[in-house]
Amino acid sequence: MQPPIDYIARTREQYSALGYPPYDWVHNSDEPPFATPSKPLNEASVGLIASGGIYVKGQIAFHFRDDFSYREIDNRTPPAALRATHFAYDLKDVRKDANVVFPLETLHEIAAAGVVGEVGPRAYTFMGGIYSSRKVTEILAPALADRLVTDEVDLALLVPA
Amino acid sequence: MSSALSITQAVNPPRAVFLDYPLGHTSGRPADKAEQFKIMQTTLRVFASATQPGDIVQLPFEWSDDHSWKDRVMRPQAGKNASESGMEDQDRHADDRIERYATPQYQLPEDEIAADEACPTCVFLSDNRSR
Repeated sequence: MQPPIDYIARTREQYSALGYPPYDWVHNSDEPPFATPSKPLNEASVGLIASGGIYVKGQIAFHFRDDFSYREIDNRTPPAALRATHFAYDLKDVRKDANVVFPLETLHEIAAAGVVGEVGPRAYTFMGGIYSSRKVTEILAPALADRLVTDEVDLALLVPA
Repeated sequence: MSSALSITQAVNPPRAVFLDYPLGHTSGRPADKAEQFKIMQTTLRVFASATQPGDIVQLPFEWSDDHSWKDRVMRPQAGKNASESGMEDQDRHADDRIERYATPQYQLPEDEIAADEACPTCVFLSDNRSR
């Protein structure tokens, strides 16, 4: 039994051994905004946003240098059409089964079992490891939040890889 | 959902669950539909019952009984015996990171051929700030 990996400390260790200055991680110290669900879970529409570099065959793939674009993925996209590209995690398992970081099929099963009302009309994906947190905070996150409002989901799952 | 506890504590989202799995498995292990379902069901229950802003609830799943996978993450040479091979600190931290290519990185060559240049579901946002 070991405690969870402290990725911030380990990144600092790795960067320092490589001779780089420490990465300036985001630290939010204010109390986070907290909304109470407006309806029970079994009536709620659930949105999905994932940062594991998932795209659909036919879409343009992500690149690895501060790519802050996003992809819209129809919630009925067949699993065989899903692809994964990323520089910062081992892709072996996601390429076998995208549900490890993009649980769209899992959400459909959860909805079929009546745990939630329905799956939002589309999922959104982007490329994690964006070095500029400003681009995420000021540009990407507000754009995705707007999409969730348009889709009229009641809650959204954020799944980093 | 998170598999990186320290990063999620720093970001401080309204609600979170923590799954102590290797990165790349935030919502479960491959082809284990039953466990993926349980992870999601537990996650959604935590969502519905959370009352304290910033709470992070650890999910009751174990990647394996043996936690030694944690020793090797971001330490590519950690599996080898450093004193035996006489490696310096610099070598133990050999850079295993992937180059930050600025062109699309397709999983399969056929994806590049299939890609729609006008892709209406690919949204490229503009950054108005000049740096």
